[in-house]
Amino acid sequence: MSKPRPFSQFFRNNGKVMGSIMLFLVLFWIVVLILLPQLSMLDFSFRHNLPPSEVGGPKDVYTLDNYKFLLFGAEGSDSRFNTVDLQVFVRTIIAAIAVTILDLILCYPLAYYLGQSKGKGITRLLVVMLIIPYWINEILRAFALRIIFGDAGLINDVLLLLNLIQEPIDFIRADVALYAGLGYAYILLMLFPMYNVIESLDRNQIEAARDMGASWIRIHRRIVIPHAKPGIASGMTMVFMLSAGALAAPQILGGPSSLWFTQLVYQWFNDSLNWQQGAAYAIVLLVSSIVIVLTFMKIFKVNMGDIGK
Amino acid sequence: MSVGVGVNLENLWIRFGDFVAVRNANVNINGGDFFSFLGPSGCGKTTILRAVSGFLDPSEGRVLIGGNDMAGIGPNKRPTALIFQNLALFPLMKVWENITFSMEVKGASTAERRKRADELLDMIALEGQGDKLPSELSGGQKQRVAIARALCAEPDVLLLDEPLSALDLKLRQHMRTELREIQQRVGITFIYITHDQGEALTMSDNVAVMRAGVIDQIGTGHEVYDRPATPFVASFVGENNVFRGKVHEISGTQALLETNRTGLLRAEITPAAIGKLNVGDDAMMFVRPEALAPVGATVPEDKTVIPATVLNEEFEGNSYSVFLEGAGGKEIKMSLPNLGQDPEASKGSELSLTYDARNAVVMPAGELASE
Repeated sequence: MSKPRPFSQFFRNNGKVMGSIMLFLVLFWIVVLILLPQLSMLDFSFRHNLPPSEVGGPKDVYTLDNYKFLLFGAEGSDSRFNTVDLQVFVRTIIAAIAVTILDLILCYPLAYYLGQSKGKGITRLLVVMLIIPYWINEILRAFALRIIFGDAGLINDVLLLLNLIQEPIDFIRADVALYAGLGYAYILLMLFPMYNVIESLDRNQIEAARDMGASWIRIHRRIVIPHAKPGIASGMTMVFMLSAGALAAPQILGGPSSLWFTQLVYQWFNDSLNWQQGAAYAIVLLVSSIVIVLTFMKIFKVNMGDIGK
Repeated sequence: MSVGVGVNLENLWIRFGDFVAVRNANVNINGGDFFSFLGPSGCGKTTILRAVSGFLDPSEGRVLIGGNDMAGIGPNKRPTALIFQNLALFPLMKVWENITFSMEVKGASTAERRKRADELLDMIALEGQGDKLPSELSGGQKQRVAIARALCAEPDVLLLDEPLSALDLKLRQHMRTELREIQQRVGITFIYITHDQGEALTMSDNVAVMRAGVIDQIGTGHEVYDRPATPFVASFVGENNVFRGKVHEISGTQALLETNRTGLLRAEITPAAIGKLNVGDDAMMFVRPEALAPVGATVPEDKTVIPATVLNEEFEGNSYSVFLEGAGGKEIKMSLPNLGQDPEASKGSELSLTYDARNAVVMPAGELASE
């Protein structure tokens, strides 16, 4: 009986030394860079915030208090629920979904054009032109957007000059700047997976459908989008996850009254020095985001394996 | 012959920038014909097909389908259906959805589509396979699905762009017969693009042979094979031995060619060259390997004799290919049927070859197919 032996096969293909190095690197990545930090955060989230002298003492026991706080607020407060933080949470999730959809709408036509255009030279130039702005620091880009959207910024100036408006519009307060900044921050992560799958679509299929009288809408609905689904799912997942977890753009571009959930996490860690509470908030965000992504994948019948394509 | 819809190309020119892909093509394709465009890759045959299907606008001239000018009419509005070289089946749709996509476009109900799909699957001998995905079918089955999908739209003209090129030899030969049968059953016009002369000759009513954007000859398979119009056609369609020389004498429909190395050779003047060939002109004489034969005990008086030495002999199953060297190192190929015994053309032996002048053609010298 010969059972499949993936490991001996792996070592035969790569040699003992290279095989060991590759295996070690992957394990190091997964265990040291992903699992251990997350597990320690998980552990933190179930502990009390104690002064250093009491850590490891009799009071250092597991508790659900940190999670309770997010749901119900401080004990003895007026309202039954922690409405302030919960609202921020829900708003963050909805806004992240909105940003994801915005990026999808912006990227689909572009990805289709880039993926199907035969003029390879101009396509490559366009892609390079899209990438280069990302060499600029994220914070710098956010501030640049803040300037453009500001009261005396470029957009207001132009609108005033053209007499389209009499008073400058407060784009910051209206969260326009925030959505633009978030949408822009991760737009390439939406574009490239889609571009890759659309590029692999056989152009003859589009022509065959056209030959059979299909309208452009039907061609996209029946042929291009089903083909591009893994790329769309992959792009949407990344944009959603990263927008929900973004900090710089909300910090810089968010209006005075609009908090992003990550800002609360940041405040717990940095301002209140309550890592336990911050960890609980972060874990809630992470788990909710994963559940949302998996739910959407289930609804749109996308397999986890497809995303890796 | 059934009355199908004909296709006419009138003074058709297609240019891409400075490059002329199709040069003044004039073709009349009768309704219900199986018509092939045969030529090497890059000769412009696919370009013509794209102009007929509407994916490409001619630079000059007209495409008429059923007598109607197709200028400005898109591919989806023409009474044509195109089968792509790679078939372009929709991989994510089931076979029945693929086949009836043209009905889906028109808004037919699922029940109607299912019914029509079953009929077409019956016709292509794939009963009950409608719920499979194309990837679950074999090469030949995919081929048939592509045909069914194109026929489902009930086109007047079916355009096929080298659809058999991806199949292996056995299947390709089988599909030739099948395609021809389907064409005769449905009775619509088929326009077939191929670089494979075997496909063109076996299936077509008429063949147009193309070279570098120019149509050299249009005719039946027999005409193209036996009476090629140009040296290109003679050397591209099938195998041919070519002898160069000057016209020595013209007598009726035959001419005598004076070659440098092989002496005087007699051949029929190809119909396209009658009246164009004068004594002293540079000319080419073509004789097929199968038209050559070793001389028996007695040499008929009126026959030309070519002395040659056997270089090599290859057994091909149904025939022997004998490679010979004539006077002055002239390469000659002869094909002998396998009649159960060795043709006694062993290496190094000297043979005298002869042929019937009616089976050889002579024409003005010109460009040969490069292979």
